[in-house]
Amino acid sequence: MNTFLDSFTFMGGHLGLLLGKAWSHLVLSAAAFVVALVIAAPLGIWLGHRRRGGFIAISVSNVGRALPSLALIAIFLGLLGIGFTNVLVALVIMAVPPILTNAYLAVEQVDPDLVRAARGMGLTPWQILFRIELPLALPVLFTGIRIAVVYVISSATLAAVAGGGGLGDIILNQVAYGLSGVIAAALWVAVLALVADALLGMVRKLLTPRGVRHLGNDGASSR
Amino acid sequence: MIAAAGPHPVIPDFGPVSRCVQDNGFFCTDWFTANWDSVFWPALVQHVRLTVMAVGIGFVLAFAAALLAHFKGWLERPVGGFTAFLYTIPPLALFELLVPGTGVSVLTVEIALVAYTLMVLFKNTLTGLREVPPDVRRVGEGMGLTRRQILVRIELPLAIPSILSGLRIATVTTISTVEIAAFIIDQGLGSPILQGLQSPFNTQFVAAGALAVALALAADGLIVLVGRLLTPWTHARRAV
Repeated sequence: MNTFLDSFTFMGGHLGLLLGKAWSHLVLSAAAFVVALVIAAPLGIWLGHRRRGGFIAISVSNVGRALPSLALIAIFLGLLGIGFTNVLVALVIMAVPPILTNAYLAVEQVDPDLVRAARGMGLTPWQILFRIELPLALPVLFTGIRIAVVYVISSATLAAVAGGGGLGDIILNQVAYGLSGVIAAALWVAVLALVADALLGMVRKLLTPRGVRHLGNDGASSR
Repeated sequence: MIAAAGPHPVIPDFGPVSRCVQDNGFFCTDWFTANWDSVFWPALVQHVRLTVMAVGIGFVLAFAAALLAHFKGWLERPVGGFTAFLYTIPPLALFELLVPGTGVSVLTVEIALVAYTLMVLFKNTLTGLREVPPDVRRVGEGMGLTRRQILVRIELPLAIPSILSGLRIATVTTISTVEIAAFIIDQGLGSPILQGLQSPFNTQFVAAGALAVALALAADGLIVLVGRLLTPWTHARRAV
């Protein structure tokens, strides 16, 4: 138990260090997440809109889940060497599957009758996408985003082995920071992930259109 | 010919090496096969053992909890929330946080690994049991089956696909997390990766990484296969 108390002393004494590492942790995570979102969300939404390619969207997530994060970083070390790029590529590859699959499922599960009704009212395909399908898809899409964000924050800890920086630098360097430092950084990563999860959960609630809130459709996973 | 007078510097002789090893290629097959018995095979076996242990224990716990929650509905929220909370904690952080309590041991690693399997297994088992059509359940009641018989003969078999898809996810994520366990204990395919990272020699960590990916895909495929055998009705319907 003493080690836990020591870790709080460490936090007090090294607040600047922890804040700096947490900041680089967040920058790395945010960069990876944004790249993954730009790649995966439009693709998933488009596939879902056409109600095609479900097999691809689902398989990508099955295979993606099977890729161990450390293994990915290791393989990319052989290809890209040490540094930010390596870790970024590995994190993007991990974040794409949940976003892609949930984006597809989110749009695909929209009631076809609603789409038909919208078409009957004379809406163009773009209007159907933006006014009907996307608002209804947001909750499930957000579940995927939430999974991806937590996953990226958690895996970014491993970035330290490949020179990516972040809180992993402290966790993996017990020689320099001592066990209390390692525990302190570990606590920070855990809190970071939990806070991100809670925040995104709140945003998801806000984004859910009032009309479908009572349905409580939570999407593919997570809570 | 003149310098031969002094004592020779001792250069250790590791025997002849291939061109690929000398140039530190991306992947050297000869080095990989030469080190299979000493490095990769033991790591692979440990990896499988740690995974099977974690998924096995996690399944027993989650299955029991799901059965309880199936009969006592109010349990779902607290148990579901707690397992989701565990799942959100980053693996490396959880490993380190457990070290002061249980030390640098397999126990520490297994506690964390089991904690990660619980959410998916609990959720999928409970969903499987819940999604049995009420009509089917009523037919069982009409045939005079007791509550327990309905569970064993009707609900559980029909829940198998959902339970197995939970097992798939849990197994694959555990295989991935066991790699990270190598930061704590010197076991599994993560350990050649971490050792390989100390030196610039590519083949060691590339090979260990590729093996872990292959293991995850193989385990995934195996569970799908077992699922087919256990639930012949799901694809018999498709064949007709």
